[in-house]
Formats: sequence, C-alpha cells, structure tokens
Amino acid sequence: MRSAHRPDYGALMSEPLLQAVNLQCERDKRILFRELSFSILPGTVTRVEGPNGSGKTTLLRMLAGLNDAWTGELNWCGSPIANQREVFLRNMLYLGHRPGIKPLLTPMENLRALMAGRRPVSDAVLSQALQGTGLAGFEGVPCRNLSAGQQRRVALARLLIADEPLWLLDEVFTAIDADGVVALETLLQQRAAEGGAVLVTTHHDLALPGMQRLTLGAGGVTDER
Amino acid sequence: MNAEVRPIVPLASSSVGALAAMKGVFSRDMKVAFRQRQDLLNPLLFFIMVVTLFPLGVSPEASFLREAGAGILWVAALLSVLLSLDHLFRHDFDDGTLEQLVLQPQPLFLLILAKTMAHWMLTGLPLVILTPVLGVMVHLDGNSIAVLCLTLLIGTPVLSLIGAIGAALTLGLRSAGVLLSLLIIPLYIPVLIFGTGTVAAAVEGASVGAYLALMGAFLVLALTLAPFAAAAALRISLSNG
Repeated sequence: MRSAHRPDYGALMSEPLLQAVNLQCERDKRILFRELSFSILPGTVTRVEGPNGSGKTTLLRMLAGLNDAWTGELNWCGSPIANQREVFLRNMLYLGHRPGIKPLLTPMENLRALMAGRRPVSDAVLSQALQGTGLAGFEGVPCRNLSAGQQRRVALARLLIADEPLWLLDEVFTAIDADGVVALETLLQQRAAEGGAVLVTTHHDLALPGMQRLTLGAGGVTDER
Repeated sequence: MNAEVRPIVPLASSSVGALAAMKGVFSRDMKVAFRQRQDLLNPLLFFIMVVTLFPLGVSPEASFLREAGAGILWVAALLSVLLSLDHLFRHDFDDGTLEQLVLQPQPLFLLILAKTMAHWMLTGLPLVILTPVLGVMVHLDGNSIAVLCLTLLIGTPVLSLIGAIGAALTLGLRSAGVLLSLLIIPLYIPVLIFGTGTVAAAVEGASVGAYLALMGAFLVLALTLAPFAAAAALRISLSNG
C-alpha cells in the first residue's frame, strides 16, 4: 500500500464513511423506497429495519454494488463510489443471505479462497479465526458435512480477521445458536468501538447500546437514535 | 469470538495483486472440480460416445470416416463444451461465492478470465488430449491428427471464452439451457468452420498456415473481449438476482 495516497484519517473519523443521498429503488415496478438519505459514521452500528419485502436486502445489495437498479448518490469518504469502485470494495465487507461457502471445500480452503483477492493472510491466522468461531477441529471437514449454523460460522470467521472499515451484514444471525449470537453482538460492538461502521439487517431482537436504526417500509424512512 | 484490535483506517487499495487473486480463483475452481469427478467425466464421455456412435450409425467405411472424421470430432467437442457451460457460474451463483467474487477489490474481467481458464483446463484440454486416440479410430493420418489437435488446442479456449458470456447472461434464468445454446451456437459457427477447414486442407495436403493464423486471431479476439463482456453480463445477472 502506498501511504502517500492515503487520505487524512484524523479528519475522516468525524466524517461519514458512507453517505447516501436521495436514493430511490424500484423493483418489479414497485418503489421500495424513495428520497432515502443517510450517513454512516465511523464507530456506529446501524440496524436496517422494516417488514418483509420492505427492501432491506435490496438496500444492502445496492450499497455493496451488487444491484444497479437505483438512482441517487452514493459516496464513500466524500466522493462517488462509481469513481473509486476498487477502493470501495477493498474497504467494504458484505455477507449476504447465501454464505459464499463452497460445500465441497473445507472451512480452511473456503476462507483462504475468500481472502485470496483481498490481502495475504497466513494459514495460522485463518485457523485461529476458525477456532474463534467455534470451528476448532472442523478445519479439514468438507463444508457440506457441517450444519447450516456451522457453515454460517465459516463465513462469520471472516469478521474476525476483516480489516475493512465498513461491514454490510445481511441476516447474519440466521441459524446461529444463542452463544454465537451473544458473541456476534459483542463482536459488532467491539468493532464499532474500534471505529468501524456496521450495517446489519436482522429479524433477531438486536439492541446494542448506541445502536442507530434505519427504518424502511410504510410511512417512509426515519433515521433516529 | 475474540478479535484482535484492528484500528480503522480506510484502505488505499488492494494489498493483493490481480495475479494472486486470479491464482486464488483458479486453484479454488480446480479443487472443487477434482472433488466432484463425475462432473469432470461427463463432457469427456459425451465426446467419446458421439465419436464412437458415428461409425456405427452412418458408415464404418474408412474413406467416409477419413473425410468426415475431423468434422465429427469438432462437432462433438463443441457440443461437449456447450454441455458443460451451464456449470461455469451456476454453482457459484447458488452458494453465493459468485457475489463474493464480484466484490473482490480486483478487476472482475481478470477473475473471470481465471475462471474460464480453469473451465478450459477441465473440459477443453482433456478433449484435446483424447483426440489422437479418437483420430486414429476415424482413420485420420498422423499429419491430419496433429493438425486437428492443434486446431482444437486453439479452438476450445475460444469456445470456453465465448461460452462464458452466454453462461453469465443466462445465469438468472430458471431454464437457461436452451437459451444458452441459441445464444452461443451462432458465435461458435465460425470457429467450427475454420477448425474443420484447417483439417480438410491438411488432408488434401494444402498449407494450413493461413487457417491457423485465422484461428489464432479468433483466440486473441476472444481472450481480449470475452472476459469484459462476461463481466458486464455477470453484473447484470447478479443485479436481477
């Protein structure tokens, strides 16, 4: 990495990492949301709320750049994402409904493949991350022999080694047991304390201290503390 | 879940080169394929079956086979590549690894090129390796077999690359098979014509240099353009999915 190209971080800590201005999204000729504007500051956990079909997943996919059917403005650190796509992708971690795990590969191989294009990580760090999610002893078992919750934990292991400032997590609590949920909540909070920004959708009753809410659906969008 | 403390700094750019990322994609695809061996064998068996059925179904005469052999092998190779195309992105799409591939901070067309190279190594290359055996079976002489192998060696990567565009475009559809064939076969026809034309020239003893140069041009064209088209198609398919 070339440090000369880095922006001024001191100033950035108070400025929004991600800024959305007047987003509008249409799906199957139905407007999911319009005039949606919000800012994601460093050090915050934001829960995206709304009933089924209100566009939570669509919003996260839009932010990640997986969905192009929208109008409005999306800025990363003050300039449009479209102009700096690779930089944005390097700074963003997205976990979707589908965990991104190959059933035929072992957790270790899966994790290695997921990190391959992002940054070099040693096997020791990867196996530590797997142990951290409670998968010790399963490193060499093909993922199709693991339970749904364990497969999700493989994907979650990425969070333990992720250096991306922005996390977009779609329904990450699905299929995770009670202990895992507590650990994940702690992790999100810790991440915010470190200065990371987390956007999360969940039907799980998530209530972290200082959590922000972004509500989609009937009655428009509210942004409240 | 205890994490080490990682101070937040917006990162300048990827700390991994595109080549390392391509290697990661390639090696994962190879690993997955070798854990699912019957999927690897399907196109090969199809190739062998079609070529062996022709003498039985049409004529076992050496004169007929010598004339039609190159065409039979080329058509069989083309169809068996076509047969394997639907798998190129489908499994990755279903398990979500494709999303993660698109979200890598790397040029997507290079990652797709790596995927297509893996696809060729697993389908096209085995066909080329089998061709000498099947060539002898259809009474081609040594020189023609060598030329046939060469045309397939140049031609099958073109089939994989063009096929990647079709596979990416039809990804979001439920019954993609027929549409994929309809989209792709017209683009395969020039490759087929020049591939068999080269061998026909070799059988007649004519010079094949010009034919091979044209096939090489197809390959260069496909290598430089197809990954971009496939990347764009993939983004559209994911956007709708």
